[in-house]
Amino acid sequence: MKLKIALFGIAKEIVGSSSLDLDTPDEQSVAGLMNQLRSQYPALNELTSFAVAVNSEYAADDYRLHQRDEVALIPPVSGG
Amino acid sequence: MHIHLTDQPIDVAAVLASVQDDGAGAVNTFIGTVRNQSTGRRVVRLDYEAYDAMAIRQMEHVAAQAQEKWPMLRQVAVTHRKGRLDIGDVAVVVAVSTPHRADSFAACQYIIDTIKQVVPIWKKEEYEDGSVWVAAHP
Repeated sequence: MKLKIALFGIAKEIVGSSSLDLDTPDEQSVAGLMNQLRSQYPALNELTSFAVAVNSEYAADDYRLHQRDEVALIPPVSGG
Repeated sequence: MHIHLTDQPIDVAAVLASVQDDGAGAVNTFIGTVRNQSTGRRVVRLDYEAYDAMAIRQMEHVAAQAQEKWPMLRQVAVTHRKGRLDIGDVAVVVAVSTPHRADSFAACQYIIDTIKQVVPIWKKEEYEDGSVWVAAHP
């Protein structure tokens, strides 16, 4: 399936775009997606951390993604 | 609860007014402002980027968690700014009202501390000779 992933902050700079269209297996897990992103963009491994959000909530590693999900990559937050 | 994300200067008085409550004997406020230095470097401005929908959702969760922990909370307000901020600008305001003051300090601190951990807002510090996304790297 094709996933559209929203990117913010340093993740946007690493990928060079504010969103990414990614080919990924159907029902890919969040952990699997993170591994795919880490190997495609090794600079992500240098971050303090990163998380995946689905539909505006932090997603667990074993969550299975669907094409209709709104997916975002969340690098270390620094609001406040 | 009163949760806002804005690219305009924050009206602190309006945030305070939103937590006014006749059952409250205490209003506690945290105001986060832009500092002129960071780890020894002179900061000239900050750029805040937000994932708007999720940021609002997560600020609502934090306020709801505070209401669970402190059931006596009367009103909670959080307003976070985004976009370009200059030195001295207000970046975030948290205000709570409670019957008694001790709970207001605790709840206000919980809310700002948790916001800084979970709300998807990113701060880029601009220096005279470069810029850094805060907390991105160890």
